Amino acid sequence: MAELTAALSQSVPPGATAGARFYERDYHPEHPTMLGFWLYLMSDTLVFACLFACYGVLGHSYAGGPAGADVFDLPILAINTTLLLLSSITYGFAVLQIQQNRRDGTLFWLAITGLLGAGFVGIELYEFAQLISEGNGPQRSAFLSSFFALVSTHGLHVSFGIVWLVTLMVQVAQRGLIEANKRRLLCLSMFWHFLDLVWIGVFTFVYLMGVLP
Amino acid sequence: MSGPGTSLAHTDDAGSDGPGHDSGAFHATLKGYLTGLLLAAVLTVIPFWLVMGKVLSSSGATITIILTLAVAQIVVHVIYFLHMNTKSERGWSFLALIFTLVLVVIALAGSLWVMYHLNENMKPVSAQQMRNMP
Repeated sequence: MAELTAALSQSVPPGATAGARFYERDYHPEHPTMLGFWLYLMSDTLVFACLFACYGVLGHSYAGGPAGADVFDLPILAINTTLLLLSSITYGFAVLQIQQNRRDGTLFWLAITGLLGAGFVGIELYEFAQLISEGNGPQRSAFLSSFFALVSTHGLHVSFGIVWLVTLMVQVAQRGLIEANKRRLLCLSMFWHFLDLVWIGVFTFVYLMGVLP
Repeated sequence: MSGPGTSLAHTDDAGSDGPGHDSGAFHATLKGYLTGLLLAAVLTVIPFWLVMGKVLSSSGATITIILTLAVAQIVVHVIYFLHMNTKSERGWSFLALIFTLVLVVIALAGSLWVMYHLNENMKPVSAQQMRNMP
């Protein structure tokens, strides 16, 4: 501490007050992972923003094909939205268990979260399969191209989130709630909640606005 | 009071305020998650009800309401699920969020604005209209 103080006092420009120096020091967090992961999520937000912009521009270019009101199934969408919101809250329960260092409780809630996420992806794949079998695949019109690009990018994120979740469940089962595993679980929690957040935009901007006359 | 030693001590105090700095570990509570779930559920049910029940006759009004509710729900998620506040990571994550939001608004509003005007101005022109052009 004494050396640091000496080094600091040397770097004070003439005329500056002693208290002002602190504010010029850079921020170096002890564990930069969470901030770094947050920055990754922000860059992912930009990816989704571009896909949303694409859909916003092309969403009414039907090329004589079906419009949103013809192909979107709102009851299925309501089920899907519920599954994803519930999976968000069950991951929250897992985080509460992590904070209390309960390994089994953590694994239980992670498993529930994974099942809800798998249900979401399954229903989405069913919806896609139905669209494609009716001839309304991504090559049908610009509207459907941008729809598939946006929604399947989100679905891919959820799928990889499930892969990540299963990996972490194995890690936690083998090594317990060590510090590294806790950090990974908190990163995944941010990723998972972030995907639910993007889904709010999808169901509002794409589905609900798509079926309005 | 203004010696280097006191200012450093003050620095250390200022660095340890609030939950979740440096270690990145936030303190989540059951109450926080349940509040978030309740708000998110209400903010999800209302737009579905408005659209599926065809409550409003005007599409414009419905769109305005459901977009507002979506923004409100995103804020709820960021606060209650992502545990975001202006102080976490000493404000750096909030700064990144604001920067990202600016870029998102520019990308979305800019694309829609430019492409709308492009479509308006590139409409096919009839011979009659062409003759009346300045």
